[in-house]
Formats: sequence, C-alpha cells, structure tokens
Amino acid sequence: MEFYMCVYTSCAVCQTSSKMLGGLFIYNHKGEVLISRVYRDDIGRNAVDAFRVNVIHARQQVRSPVTNIARTSFFHIKRANIWVAAVTKQNVNASQVFEFLLKMLEVMSSYFGKISEENVKNNFVLIYELLDEILDFGYPQNTDTGVLKTFITQQGIKTASKEEQSQITSQVTGQIGWRREGIKYRRNELFLDVIEYVNLLMSPQGQVLSAHVAGKVVMKSYLSGMPECKFGINDKIVMDAKRDVAGSSDESQRSGKTSIAIDDCQFHQCVKLSKFETEHSISFVPPDGEFELMRYRTTKDISLPFRVIPLVREVGRTKMEVKVVIKSNFKPSLLAQKIEVRIPTPLNTSGVQLICMKGKAKYKASENAIVWKIKRMGGMKESQISAEIELLQTDTKKKWTRPPISMNFEVPFAPSGFKVRYLKVFESKLNYSDHDVIKWVRYIGRSGLYETRC
Amino acid sequence: MTDSKYFTTTKKGEIFELKSELNSDKKEKKKEAVKKVIASMTVGKDVSALFPDVVNCMQTDNLELKKLVYLYLMNYAKSQPDMAIMAVNTFVKDCEDPNPLIRALAVRTMGCIRVDKITEYLCEPLRKCLKDEDPYVRKTAAICVAKLHDINASMVEDQGFLDQLKELLSDSNPMVVANAVASLTEINEASSSGQPLMELNAATMNKLLTALNECTEWGQVFILDALSQYSPKDEREAQSICERITPRLAHANAAVVLSAVKCLMKFMELMVSDSEFVKNLTKKLAPPLVTLLSSEPEVQYVALRNINLIVQKRPDLLKHEMKVFFVKYNDPIYVKLEKLDIMIRLASEANIVQVLSELKEYATEVDVDFVRKAVRAIGRCAIKVETSAERCVSTLLDLIQTKVNYVVQEAIVVIKDIFRKYPNKYESIISTLCENLDTLDEPEARASMIWIIGEYAERIDNADELLESFLEGFHDENTQVQLQLLTAIVKLFLKRPTDTQELVQQVLSLATQDSDNPDLRDRGFIYWRLLSTDPGAAKEVVLAEKPLIAEETDLIEPTLLDELICHIASLASVYHKPPSAFVEGRTGLRRALPKSSGGSDNDSAGDQQQQQQQPTVIPNQDSLIPDLLNMDINAPPVVPTAQSAFSGGTLDLLGGGLDSLLGGSGAEVGSSPAPGIPPVAPSSTAGLLGDIFGITSSSAPVYSPPKQIWLPANRGKGMEITGTFSRKNGVISMDLTLHNKAMQPITGFAIQLNKNSFGITPAAPLNVPAPLAPNQSIDVSLILSTSGPVQRMDPLTNLQVAIKNSVDVFYFATVMPMHIFFCEDGAMDKRVFLSTWKDIPSQNEVQFNIENINMNADGLSTTDGISNKLQSSNIFTIAKRNVEGQDMLYQSIKLTNGIWVLTELKVQPGNTTIVHDSVNLTASFKCKQNASAFDDLSLKSRATDVAQGIFEAFDGILHF
Repeated sequence: MEFYMCVYTSCAVCQTSSKMLGGLFIYNHKGEVLISRVYRDDIGRNAVDAFRVNVIHARQQVRSPVTNIARTSFFHIKRANIWVAAVTKQNVNASQVFEFLLKMLEVMSSYFGKISEENVKNNFVLIYELLDEILDFGYPQNTDTGVLKTFITQQGIKTASKEEQSQITSQVTGQIGWRREGIKYRRNELFLDVIEYVNLLMSPQGQVLSAHVAGKVVMKSYLSGMPECKFGINDKIVMDAKRDVAGSSDESQRSGKTSIAIDDCQFHQCVKLSKFETEHSISFVPPDGEFELMRYRTTKDISLPFRVIPLVREVGRTKMEVKVVIKSNFKPSLLAQKIEVRIPTPLNTSGVQLICMKGKAKYKASENAIVWKIKRMGGMKESQISAEIELLQTDTKKKWTRPPISMNFEVPFAPSGFKVRYLKVFESKLNYSDHDVIKWVRYIGRSGLYETRC
Repeated sequence: MTDSKYFTTTKKGEIFELKSELNSDKKEKKKEAVKKVIASMTVGKDVSALFPDVVNCMQTDNLELKKLVYLYLMNYAKSQPDMAIMAVNTFVKDCEDPNPLIRALAVRTMGCIRVDKITEYLCEPLRKCLKDEDPYVRKTAAICVAKLHDINASMVEDQGFLDQLKELLSDSNPMVVANAVASLTEINEASSSGQPLMELNAATMNKLLTALNECTEWGQVFILDALSQYSPKDEREAQSICERITPRLAHANAAVVLSAVKCLMKFMELMVSDSEFVKNLTKKLAPPLVTLLSSEPEVQYVALRNINLIVQKRPDLLKHEMKVFFVKYNDPIYVKLEKLDIMIRLASEANIVQVLSELKEYATEVDVDFVRKAVRAIGRCAIKVETSAERCVSTLLDLIQTKVNYVVQEAIVVIKDIFRKYPNKYESIISTLCENLDTLDEPEARASMIWIIGEYAERIDNADELLESFLEGFHDENTQVQLQLLTAIVKLFLKRPTDTQELVQQVLSLATQDSDNPDLRDRGFIYWRLLSTDPGAAKEVVLAEKPLIAEETDLIEPTLLDELICHIASLASVYHKPPSAFVEGRTGLRRALPKSSGGSDNDSAGDQQQQQQQPTVIPNQDSLIPDLLNMDINAPPVVPTAQSAFSGGTLDLLGGGLDSLLGGSGAEVGSSPAPGIPPVAPSSTAGLLGDIFGITSSSAPVYSPPKQIWLPANRGKGMEITGTFSRKNGVISMDLTLHNKAMQPITGFAIQLNKNSFGITPAAPLNVPAPLAPNQSIDVSLILSTSGPVQRMDPLTNLQVAIKNSVDVFYFATVMPMHIFFCEDGAMDKRVFLSTWKDIPSQNEVQFNIENINMNADGLSTTDGISNKLQSSNIFTIAKRNVEGQDMLYQSIKLTNGIWVLTELKVQPGNTTIVHDSVNLTASFKCKQNASAFDDLSLKSRATDVAQGIFEAFDGILHF
C-alpha cells in the first residue's frame, strides 16, 4: 500500500513539463553502456543504471517494450545483443519514439552495417554525431539516410563551397528533402520490383484461418533532373475512379477482371498524399537510387502458391510418425525456388529417419526441427516427406505443444494479383521524354509467415 | 578505423596522460585524446578534471573535433560553470560563421548548456539565428527557444522570443514551421500562466495544414499533435480539417498514422454520429489501423494498446477485422497478450466459432500468463455471447481434462462466473470439477470451487465431506478462502440442516473465536445471530437470488476513456492511465473530448444509453457474497447506504435473539476482540456490533460538522467522496461517504494521510468490505490516532489526503475541525486555572465574537445550557461569574498534543427586538494559551494559529 505523496511536496518546486525524449542509451547484452546521450535536464545518470537493473538484469524477463520505473518511462528495442533505450519523464508520443528508434537503427546500419557491440564501439564518434543531428532537445529531425550522408561523413570536414553548403541545408530542411538538384544520367533508366510476402495460417484440416499479402514496390531510379513520375496499378478504387472518368462500359469490363482490392496502402514520403486522396493518382518526384515507393496489404482473392498437408501420428510413447505433403498451386510453366519446409520435432527426440521423394531433408537437433529443402519445383506438382521420430522416455508431465509447420519459398509472380499498369516520367526542363526512359518491372512472391498447424 | 580501443584504456595515470595529449600540437593526437575523453565519459568515468584542456581544443576548423568538444561541454558545463565561460567567445563567434551548419551547431549546443552566464550570451545570437537566411539555422533556433524556456522562462517572454517564434509559423520552409510548432506546444504546456501562448485560429490552422503536406514525417507528427488540441468552431470546420488530415492515414510512418487517427477520433465527436461523413470516415480508419499490425513488434504493441481504446469508444470500427488479431506463433508475448484482449472485445455471435477455436489453440501454448489469459478469455466469451456458452463450457471441460494445474485452476474461476450468468444450466459438470479439488492451490481457484460447492450443495452428495476437508487447515487459508468457506458451510447448513449442524458450529467458532481477522469475525457473528434467531430469515438472506453479472468486464470508465482518446499515440494511451498518473508536476489541462454542439438530443440519448449499458457487476473475488451486506429483509428494497437501513431492518431481526444466542458464552464473546484492535468495521455494521458488544453511544448529541464534498466525482474519476470528522468516546474518526458514480465497480480502497500539524494518522487501514458497485455509496468510518509524524501545516488544521482505489490515486486536502483534538481529560483544576491564566502574557490573548446564537435551540437558553453543550465536546467549564449583568464562563481545553487552551466566554444578550421566537445573542470569548506547554518557543508567537481553529470549533458547536 505504498504510493507517493509527492504531489504535495513537488508541486511547489515543479517547473516545467517537456514533451519529448530526455535521453537515449545503448547497452551491450551485459548492460554496459556503449552510448549515452542526455537531451533533457530531468534525466540523470541514475536513469542509465535504473534501466540496467530493472530491465536488462531483471530477474523476471520484462514483458513489455515500455517500462515505467519511478515515474520515468523507458522504451526499449533489443536487436541481437544490443539494447537501445529511450528515456522520458513526460507523456511523449510513444509511436513516434519507437518509429524513431527503428529509423535510427536503420540509419546506423546504413553507415556501418550490422548493429553489433563491435560496430557500435567502433563508430561511437559517428553515432554521437548522428544523435546530435537527428535528435534536437529530444525532437526527431531529418533522418533520411541519403540526406544525412551528404554532410555527416567519417572523412572529417569536407571543405564545402558556399553553394554546396546551402544545397545541403536546403536539402535537409527542404520541401523535396530526398532529392538534390542537378542529377545527370546518360541513360535514363528505372527498375520496379514488386515484392510480395504471403502470410498464411492454416488449420490442420486445411482451413485458411488467416491469410494476407504484404507487398511493397521498390524502385531504383536513375533519372536526370527533377522528374515527375506517375504510377498506375490495377487497384480497384483507382480503376473505378478512372472508369468513371472514361465512362465507357467496354473498358470497365476489361479492367474489372484484373483489378484487385487493396485493403490499405502506404507511400514513401515523396508521394503526394493529398493527390492520392482526391484524384487516386500516385505521383511523385523520386529520390535518386533505390527506395521503397509503396507498401500495401491485400486479404482477398490471394492465390496461395503452396498447400501443406500434415499428418502426425503418435505411435506409443516413444515413437511418432509424421507425413507432410506439399502441393504447388500455380501455372505449370512457372517455377518456384528456394523451397524449405520446417517440421518441428519434440524436445526429447532421439533419432529421426527420413524419406523424401524430392530434394534433401535433414534433422537438425539444435533447432528441434526437420528441414526439407527443394531447389526448384514446377506448378501443379506435389511432393512428400515421411519421417519416423524416436522419442526418449521422459517423466516430465509437460506436454509438447506442437508448433506449426512453416514454409519458405520464392515464386515469380505476385500472389495478390497486383499489376503495374504504367509508370510515366515527365521532366519538363530537360529534353528527354517518357519514351526515352528504359523501364523494367519484376514480380517476386515470397513466403512471409506461412504456417500450417499440425 | 576502430574506435573501440578508446573503451579499453583503464590504466593508472590515465587522466594525466590525456591531459598532455590534449595539449599536444599535433591535430591528430588532439582528436584521438578527445575521443578517449568522450569514451570515458560514456562509460561513466569522471573526466571533468580535463575541462580546461578540452575547452582549449574548441577553436578548431575541424567540425568533427568541434562536435566532440561540444558534447563534452554539454555534459560537464553545469559542474564547472566558471570555466564554461571560457567557451562563450567561441560560441558567439561560431554563431557568425559563414557555414550555416556551424552557426546551427553553435546555437544548438549553447541552448543545451544550463549555465546562467552562457544563457545570458545566448540571447543575441539566438535572435539573429531566428531570422537567419538559412532554413537549417532557423529550424535549429526554433527548438532552441524551447530550450531557453526550460532554463529561464521569463527571459523568453521578456526578450520577445515568443513573438519571433510565432512568426516562424508562417515560414516558407515546412521544417521550420514544424519545429516552431513543437517548440510552441512545449512552451505552452509548461507556461506558468496557463494562458495559451499559441492561439490556433483559422489562419494558423491553414498554414499548419499546408505545412503538413510538405514537411518530414516527424514534423507531421508535431503538427498533427498540435492540431489535435484545436477546437473547431463548428461541424463544418471540423469536417474540412478532417478531410485534409485523412490522407495522412496512408503514410508509412506509424506515428503519423496514429496522430492522424487521434485528430480524427477527436473531431468526429463534433459531428452528428450517424451522418454520411462520419460513416465514411470510420470506414477509412479501419484499414490503416490493421496495417499497423504488420509493423515492428514494438510499434505493434503501441498500436494494439491504442486499438484497445478505439474499439471501446467505437466498437463497430473493427468488427469485421477479427482475424488480424489472431495470435501468431512467433509474436512476442506482449503482442500476444494485447491481441487476446482485443479479440475478446471484438467477439460477437458472428465470429465466435472462429474465436473459440483460436482460444482453445492458445490454451495449449507454453507461456503460463498467456495460457491463463486465454482460458479466462473463453469464460468471457461464454458470458458475452450467450449462444456460445455451451461450446465454451465444453471447451473448458476439455481443458480441465488436460490436468495442467494452472489451466484447471483458471478454468474453475471462470466457470464460477458462467454459473452466475446462466444459473441452472451447466451444473451437470460439477462432478468433473470436484475431481480436481486436490490440485487447487491458488486462493482464487479454491475460493471459486468452495463457492460452487456451497451454492450447489443440494446436488453434491458429499458436499459436507468436501467442505470439511478444507476446514482442517482453516487458519492457513487466504482470507478470501476463509470467507468463502464460512459462507459455503452456512449455505450447506441451510439446505441440509440435519446432518451438518456440527460442521456449521465448527466453522462459526473458528471464524469468531480463533480468528483475528475482523471481517471474518464480523461475518461469523452475523451468521451466528441470523441462524440462532430466525433460520427462515437466514435462508432469505444467505440463499437469496443473486443479480446476474455483466457481459462486458474491465471496460475503461467513460470519462477516462474520453481523456485517453485525446492522448492516442502517447504514453498515456499505452499505460491506459491519465498523464497525471505518471508525469510529475503540472501536466497542463486535462483533455476532454469535445461535445457535439449541434445535437443536444444526441447528448441526452447518449447518456441514456450509457445508463442502460451500465452493467451489473461481477463481484471481485475477495468478496463473493457482498449480497450478505446488501441484503434487506423487511425494509424497502433500498440499497443500504447508511446505518439507517440496518437499524430499521436488521436490528429488529437480531434484537430478541441476542441473549439466547450469546447466552452462555456471552461474556466470552464480548471480550473476544483483542484489546488492541479498534473497532474498524464500516459504520454500517458498527451499529450492529456496537449493540452486540454493548457499546452505547454517548447520550448527548455529539457535535460533528455536516459532511462536505471533499472530492467531486469529476476529479475522482467517478468516485465522489464526502466526509467529516468526529470525536466519540475519545476516538477520533474520519467519516467518509464513498459514492461510485462511474460505470465500473471500484475496489481496492486505501488511504494515506500526509504529515500534518497534529500527527493525525489512520489507526487501521481503510476498510471497504465489498467492491463499490456503480451508483452505490457506502459509509466508512476511519479511526484515526494522533501518533503520526508531525509537520506544521498552513492553516494549522489542514489535512492532505490520498485515496487509492482500483482506478487511480486521488489527492485532496481538507480542514479538520479543531474540536476533534479536545481531550476528555481537559478539565483543569480551579486554582491551577487561575494561576495559569495570570501567567500567560496578554499578547497571547486573542478575542473573537460568536454571533447569532439561537437561544431557543435546545439547551442554550441558559449559560448552563451553553456549558453543557460545550462539555459534550470536551470544553470544560471551570468557573462562572456574573459581571454587570453579563455571564462569564471560564473554560479549559486540552489538545491531543498537550497544549492547554484557556478561554473566557462572555455572554451578552443580543438584539431581541427583531425576531421574537429566536432570540439572538452575541457572545464573545477570549482565548488564552498556555505558552509553557510549548517546547518550541517559536510557536509561542504564533498562538493565534490555534486560536483561530478553537474559535471555529466554538462557533460550530454553538450553532449546531
């Protein structure tokens, strides 16, 4: 029955309330501080220790990424062996804090690769410099990697000319912060990769419990000047809007067949969102090089490339028989690659005998799973693996909860049915037209979390 | 290049070595040395001794080195303020540098150095930088104003920085606008005046909305958060703002999306709820919320906590999206638990089959917390969706068959609730439950099982044996199990009186004689008397119909929910607590959702709906039978909120049986409460117990001021507290009435008093027996003692109170009437009085007038009457004399802290001509204070402090 009476005592002395992060710390897995940057006066050195004691070294593993210790809130992200913690005493925007931390890790890894203790230590000066730039008084500033790399370098001071300097600053703060002026290519070229991740959760009986496609369009642009791009896809809403304008029933029939229902989509900051909202057109001035143009999600009419049929039989207390059939379900002319089926085995497995018709299968004791790999598989085929699992007799009552069978693959089409209809490039100042641009489009369907319960 | 080597230097003489390296001529060596210093600083070593040497490195054209030195300065300047001045010149010079990056760096760093002298030098450069031609410098300067405000708020106002900052809202560069918004918002919330510094009018709104389209993702969040605090003047304006915000829902950054959701949720309140616009908007809100679930787990967690609020506010929003909340095998546990919560909120007849099969799947997972929650969720589904109840029960039975200990226990707890919701439907499973009796080791599960046995005793053949088996370790059981066992056995007795007499006697004696738990003892006595007086009545009380339990549990109380909706995306929405609960100091105004101006009809309709939706309560586990105390046999069906209800019905009932019940063991029982234990029972039972134990309340009416509202419901999140203080038989008590005006039952009451002038402290914990149901109130009497720590308050009788309950902690202050500190042994010997009176210097004498005493009020027609009345409040009349037709009373009072107060009361007849039937008189009295009683001489001069309170006590008592 302890609670603070401090409202009374602190009221007279409390002065300010700030609204953003007070500090940011990076620790290794032992809880040693690698980076510590304090932005606000209300965060002291003891906060560093509080997090170590109460979260990193906590006897019971902390079960939330947000922890409140003595009226101080800690947001943490753990990646590999590194803990990143943001600290505040105020009611800050929590989603912004996590988005920022993730972005920060992204920026850091684009500078020096993997986020590891070694890399953090090796680059601590750079990290401090970045932290000074991307967070001011706890407020996130421009975190665009491309822009940051123009003026935060590890090569010491760049003796930039006045023009260059003002170009940098206008880019950091500018309306088109993601692209600099005066880019020139001899060959104007662009690549579009439509990459989709199919997620599936299926019941043992083959009933789809949930399925969705998380897709993204990655663009690599090598275009001169400040080109305006217009991007067309076979989204139902966009197509319907177009149809209304065109008003021809003929066209509607043609396009209606191939259009898909996108549940939701998100765009890179270069896309003019207000224009998408009103005119349903995706127009933008692309950054130079590679970037993620859009992300989308669909749940309807997904063609699932594979079906997994499990059959598990427990033969007595020391033996189990598992049979798994996979069926490919796409055009026979297409070829799936990098197929991997992962069948979990109980912890007390002592030996496994495997027979598979195609590919290679191995029991990996350290991962408690049978891994079955098939390099290539055509459409409308099926393959099968059967395994005999011998178990050690144990007296632990604890039941083994069968984790789902998961699957990985890559197919050369978009399972959602997503199609790029056009990408037009307009650059009024330079004399190249849409026809001069070389465009490439590629579709890749990959497995996300593709699981079948058994 | 590997910088990690800097972390490993730990040899002796390190500081000395660094010093010489810092002063080296070679640039490279200098830089290396500074890096080492920063590395040491990072790991927490004190390198402040190197301050002058590091500052010497500041003047360099190497930007990287400069930044490192600045970093060092920000850390140590505060501890070395005098030497920090050395840096000022370089800062000022840098602010004029032709390179905008350096100008910005200088102003950014200066703002972080909290040394007064540096702050003084900051003003000029800052003013220039706010007008700098380069947007990068301006955006940095905008934030710097907030930094300066944090250090010295008045300087910001005096130097006109606020106006400059406001001008930046119209800057051509969107990032400058965003930072200015962030800065202004912060200053706004911190400002002492509470006056809004940034007025959001239509023009500024327009500028912000324009900047919104162009600035960085973070800037968009600043702007959206600021916009959410704007109150549009009408529905039209709200709609047009919403239209311009909606595109943000497609942003890739979850923070932008959530902040936009916050604005939309808030502005939607202003619109007619069934308009086409709102319908469209709600449709647009769902997909982006679902998309948030494919972000990183940490972001998902924040999103899920918010979705939990959103579906409570607008249940229809995500009703078709159940599937996305299905738990994935690899989700982190915190995501799993949150998803589960939302699944139950979205469960409905349409999707219940799917939900149940999922929940069953989860109940076989490994994580104990998750499994328990899943089992509990199955129970909640049964209660929420009637058609699924049967399926849920059979699922729970399957789970019980697994014999996994915690699964079984959890299942039994929820089955008990299902029995309460659907009586006489699923009792056939009781035998299965009984098989698991031995494995139950958690109090909640044991209590639930015992409740089930008691409730269905007539159908369980060996109920007596089962209950008896629990009796053996009665005293080792948790209180809730003991209470449950007592009630269950009484129920059993009433149902099968022939063969269970021995059992009931055994449990009653265990509860009343061998237990030192007052709750248990009280309940034991009540049962005992009921049973011995009128078994028929006992049956009606104990076996009464129970109210059905609510469908939706753990909903957030509506006013809190509305406040949290205004804090979507923020920490408050993650904790589900208002900011004041975790942020120290002032937190600005409490946010409330705007009220739709157009629809007053709407409003009242909403209210009605709220009332209808008000659920009945699942009683908290620790008191499954609040029914007992709420029971009223003959009396009208009023919820007994006060003593009166009891003295009406129950006392009658118990009256005659007292002697017969207590007959032989009367004396024993009467003495059974241990001497040290004060009667802490709530006042509703106090009368009853008082009767049993023969405590007679004093015959003269004791003055106690009327109850006042101490905590209004709007501040107490639905809990209203009225209260007063009284002193009876030498016991000071705080009499509280707790009224629950919220939608949810409130439990877990506790009280704490801050240090005060008289050392008042609770003598026993606040004892509120049952969860306080919505719209119910309860009277509680808290016995106080004066043995607590003493701290002088102003006014002297000020008392600061903190009350905690299941909702929150609330703080309020009240003034104690002085008379509660008047001791019973306050009568002074006549001679001592006389000599003391003379000894006290006259500057310690204070005079007051008490006017308009109603002479006709009982007993006040004579001076004797007055002194009698005063005596009942421990003001003792020592002597009386008549001087020139005026009666003089000399009185003494002893306060609990040993201070004696001597008074002279002069009774003057007042103006008698105005009102005939109530004669007015003017009384004046002198108050002298025995200074010698003060150990602390400084108090002597402040004798008036006590006098004021004494006067008010007299005034109150005489007007009573």
